[in-house]
Amino acid sequence: MKFTLNGSERTIEADGDMPLLWALRDVVGLTGTKFGCGAALCGACTVHVDGTPVRSCQTALSDVEGKSVTTIEGVGGEVGTAVVAAWRKLDVVQCGYCQSGQIMSAVGLLSENRKPTDEDIDAAMDGNVCRCATYQRIRAAIHEAASNLA
Amino acid sequence: MHIIKPADYARMLERLAPAAARDTALAAPSRRGFLKAAAAVSGALVIGVRLGPSEALAAAPTDGPMPNAFVKIAPDNTVTVLIKHLDMGQGVTTGLTTLVAEELDADWGQMRAAFAPADAQLYNNLLFGPVQGTGGSTSVANSWEQLRKAGAAARQMLVAAAAEQWGVPADSVTVEKGTLKSGSHSGNFGAFAEAAARQPIPKDVKLKDPKDFKLIGTRLPRLDSADKTDGKAVYALDIRVPGMLTAVIRRPDRFGATVKSFDAAAARKVPGVVDVVAVPAGVAVLADNTWAAIRGREALAAIEWDESQAENRGTAELLEEYKALAGTPGLKAARRGDASAGLAGAAKTIESEFAFPYLAHAPMEPLNCVIEKTADGVTIHAGSQFQTVEQAVTAGILGLKPEQVKIETVWAGGSFGRRANPPADYIAEAATILKAIDGRAPVHLVWTREDDIKGGYYRPLFYHKVRAGLTADGKVAGWEQSIVGQSFITGTPFEAFIIKEGVDGTSVEGASDTNYAIGNFAVDLHSPKVKVPTLWWRSVGHTHTAHVVEVTIDELARAAGRDPVEFRLELLKDKPRHTAVLKLLAEKANWGPKPGTGKGRGLALHESFNTVVGSVIDISIVNGQVKVDKVVCAVDCGIAVNPDVIAAQIEGGVGFGLGAALHDEITMDKGVVEQSNFDGYVPLRMSEMPKVEVHILPSANPPTGIGEPGVPGVAPALSNAIFDATGQRLRSLPFRLEDFKA
Repeated sequence: MKFTLNGSERTIEADGDMPLLWALRDVVGLTGTKFGCGAALCGACTVHVDGTPVRSCQTALSDVEGKSVTTIEGVGGEVGTAVVAAWRKLDVVQCGYCQSGQIMSAVGLLSENRKPTDEDIDAAMDGNVCRCATYQRIRAAIHEAASNLA
Repeated sequence: MHIIKPADYARMLERLAPAAARDTALAAPSRRGFLKAAAAVSGALVIGVRLGPSEALAAAPTDGPMPNAFVKIAPDNTVTVLIKHLDMGQGVTTGLTTLVAEELDADWGQMRAAFAPADAQLYNNLLFGPVQGTGGSTSVANSWEQLRKAGAAARQMLVAAAAEQWGVPADSVTVEKGTLKSGSHSGNFGAFAEAAARQPIPKDVKLKDPKDFKLIGTRLPRLDSADKTDGKAVYALDIRVPGMLTAVIRRPDRFGATVKSFDAAAARKVPGVVDVVAVPAGVAVLADNTWAAIRGREALAAIEWDESQAENRGTAELLEEYKALAGTPGLKAARRGDASAGLAGAAKTIESEFAFPYLAHAPMEPLNCVIEKTADGVTIHAGSQFQTVEQAVTAGILGLKPEQVKIETVWAGGSFGRRANPPADYIAEAATILKAIDGRAPVHLVWTREDDIKGGYYRPLFYHKVRAGLTADGKVAGWEQSIVGQSFITGTPFEAFIIKEGVDGTSVEGASDTNYAIGNFAVDLHSPKVKVPTLWWRSVGHTHTAHVVEVTIDELARAAGRDPVEFRLELLKDKPRHTAVLKLLAEKANWGPKPGTGKGRGLALHESFNTVVGSVIDISIVNGQVKVDKVVCAVDCGIAVNPDVIAAQIEGGVGFGLGAALHDEITMDKGVVEQSNFDGYVPLRMSEMPKVEVHILPSANPPTGIGEPGVPGVAPALSNAIFDATGQRLRSLPFRLEDFKA
């Protein structure tokens, strides 16, 4: 299975039905993408496929053949850098386990919408669960990143 | 979590450590001493501090000195603090490191943190006795002196080394932001790390006067923000050991059932599946990747369970049984004055009942750990919260001595109480699998979310029945409360020490010891036996007792025609901390003016883990739905080591409590759990999170708990706000929010 992973061409020997999540974690060895529910209910496994946030637990490896996959380890660019910087400035994280997915969703939002309202944030981020309930700081960090991107 | 007396823990461990391991069970800490040892390790200064244990322990049998290393200063000028507690998000790596940095006069930028190895002698929780463990919101509180002394000792040794090299008197050497200076001499810690390690250990050190703190009390950045925002932070789920197999377990649908027979043929045919073994928890499928293990488990066929000992009751039936029990006399958890006489003479009486569901902790990282055989025992990699308990349990299963069980603690993706389990359930499961395959490969046991939601160790189902009355002049005439719910202490090695005269303190804390001056007061407890495994859940007994007390106080205030703040202040006259928090809260929340139509506001005040938290919740009713707009909290947690981490814990506690108030609920039908993932067990999401404002009361007292105390006040303040807006009183959790009219 061939695809681009964080900017580099990769060929992976694995069953095409294997969820991208497990291919990344168990075959490639990139563990920044997290397993939370296995059913697209929590967003911990969010990665980008051709720039769009998807839940990697419900994306088959064969679905990304020939496509470009970005994980938390590959976050960069203007938006990605601004989001990570805002997360650090506001000390958003607690346990941190969901934050890879939160950041991938936030980067997806800000890539499409440079000035999201609170309602836009609710809509884009409601699929990402944080049991530590860091939501207030996630919201503030998205606004912070947006202001730095303006 | 309830804090147990140190001596009780020592006895508890004796029971816990299996016979095979008992003769090597953790010796009680050695004699009262201070700053016993330091050692130079590869050019680094390692400072050991031996604290005076509590009086109870001082009387225990003694051994030789056992150095307790907390601080490493490396030649590259980094200072690493060994963290004896689990960081599951509560920020203790940052807080504990701050304590050392303060007394060391270090620069925050040179500070690092590393999890300490499991060692009950060196890294015990001083409030738990000779047990390493995290819980009861005690991490900073028990380390407050210990780590400051470690920092101060290291500073003194660095100063002595610099003075010697420079040929100047030690008292001429100053330390500021990691730089040692005397006259024209100047150097950093790294330059003196080796020489400092050769200095004698200070017999005693002077700690700073709190007014001289430079780092404590300031908003230092968290040490874990960078690694938790670029995918580098390693959790147990990320551990990769050569040859490791991933295991998932098929567990029974009913608690207490055991596996009788199964057909593994189809499972073994799944590509990647390596083995299928029966273990006490069920049937374990081992594979060379997680997906194969999960698919292998799905392919298990013809599993027959022995359900003769299983729990077959549903939650509705249990609740009916609890209601009946609540009407009968129980164990006496509290008695003051004469509650029934007081109530008999009351001018007004309120009678109410409250039901609380089973709750799963559902930390974002599903439970998992890696266990591998080593030359001299085993090593466990886990977000370990009860290291000493896990060592003892694992040793018992594998026929080892506890010290042959090494634990590498890593970041934990949440816990909320789940990882601090007296039976060490998931660790024990991994050990049984390793045993079943004769230790031939490292085992990574992974729970799926379904395993987690259906897997028990819930906050118990509880039912409360209350009668409270007012005198003609609006004073509390009497209070009778009956509490019904499983004890999760019964049947564990903790039983003999937490349960006093039959009463499990973790079931009644927050009610039986209420701070309100109520003269005629009675609390009864029933602890029925149910085969659903249960456990402490962030803020333990306070998860239900605070709700009942704070809703009832609100009802009494309203029945008396009194303002809820004034009514509480009167009942807290000789509680200065509570009074101060309530006054700060009222000021910051602008308590007083009645919010407009369609709006409501409610209040709760509660002490847990020695911390007092007051919460005011503002809500709106929008299209018949409750919207939580804002939560203002006032907190007295002693000296605020890091006000921003404290604010984060309260913000998160509010969200966690709100999830329980609005959604969280585990139900069972004929013993089978009806939820399995985040669709049925609904977590709070972004769109429901209110704005949270945190105000910390200035204090000169030692720090108290902060990880849990934000949770208990949320549900009652919300109930009180809903009543304020709608006149409807919601008592049982989770609230059913249907068709509200403001």
